[in-house]
Amino acid sequence: MKVRVYVSLKNGVLDPQGRAIHHAIEGLGFSGVQDVRAGRLIELDVDDTVTDEALDAMAKQLLANMVIENYRIERVAA
Amino acid sequence: MTFRSAVITFPGSNCDRDMADALEKISGTAPHRVWHGDDALPDGLDFIALPGGFSYGDYLRSGAMAARSHIMQAVIAAAGRGVPVLGVCNGFQVLTESGLLPGALMRNAGIRFVCRDVKLTVENNQSLFTSGYGAGQEILIPVAHHDGNYFADADTLDRLEGEGRVAFRYAESVNGSARNIAGVLNAAGNVLGMMPHPERMIEPEQGGTDGRALFESAIRGLVGA
Repeated sequence: MKVRVYVSLKNGVLDPQGRAIHHAIEGLGFSGVQDVRAGRLIELDVDDTVTDEALDAMAKQLLANMVIENYRIERVAA
Repeated sequence: MTFRSAVITFPGSNCDRDMADALEKISGTAPHRVWHGDDALPDGLDFIALPGGFSYGDYLRSGAMAARSHIMQAVIAAAGRGVPVLGVCNGFQVLTESGLLPGALMRNAGIRFVCRDVKLTVENNQSLFTSGYGAGQEILIPVAHHDGNYFADADTLDRLEGEGRVAFRYAESVNGSARNIAGVLNAAGNVLGMMPHPERMIEPEQGGTDGRALFESAIRGLVGA
C-alpha cells in the first residue's frame, strides 16, 4: 500500500524558500499569487500490516521536525 | 592529566580534521576519531565534539540522519551522564535534531550560503565552554552555513534567555536567527551548539585566535590547568 506523508512548515515559521519561489513566479510575469509555502512529499510503500500508529510515529520521530513542521498522512488505495 | 576527547565523523563531515587539530594543539593530546557506524564511544571521555560539514548530504533536513545514527545514541547517553558535548555548525544541527538542544536550524533568511568572519558577543561567560571569555566580550569567529537560522517559539526563547542559556549572539544580523542567537547551552550546561567555527580561529595564521578560549575553558574546567 502506498502512503503519502505531506510535511509543511507551521504557520508563522518564515519560509525563505517559499518566498524565493514566490519572487520567481512574479518574475515570470504571473500576478495574483498571494503567498507561497514550500513543503515536502514523502511516499512510502508499506505492508498492509503497518498501522496508523506506526506511521504516525515515523512522522513524529523522523519525517517531520515537530519544532517547525506539521505533517499529514494519507493512505492511497493501490 | 590527559584530556580524553573524541571527534565524531559522519559521512559528509568535513570539519572533523580541523576540530581534531584544534583539540590536539590546545590540549596536547590527539582526540579519538570515532566513525558514525561505531556502536560505542571510547571509555572515560572528557569531551565529545560533533564537527561541521554536510552529514548524509543534508538529506531530509540538515543533521536529521546523523541525529538518528548509532553513535548518536551513545552520545545522547554520554551527554545525559554529564559528558561535555560541543556541536559546531552541522554539529549544532545534529544536536537540535537529536533533541539534546531545543529549537531548529532553518534555511538562512536571505537564502544564501553565508561564509565570512562575524562578530559575536559572549552572552554567558560562566559556562564550561565560555569561562575564558569576558562577559559581553566581542569576538571574531567565521561562519560557513546555509541552514543557520535559529528558530524556537517565543516561550522557549524567553526560557533560554532567562536561564542564561544563550552562550553567543551575533553582533549583527547574519542569517535571520531569532534574537540573533548564535549558540545555545542545554539546561545542565554540558552541551553547547553553535553555528560559528571556533576551531577555525585558534592560530594567528587563521586570521585570529578568538576561538582558542572556548577550548581552553573546557580543558581547564575538566582536567585543570
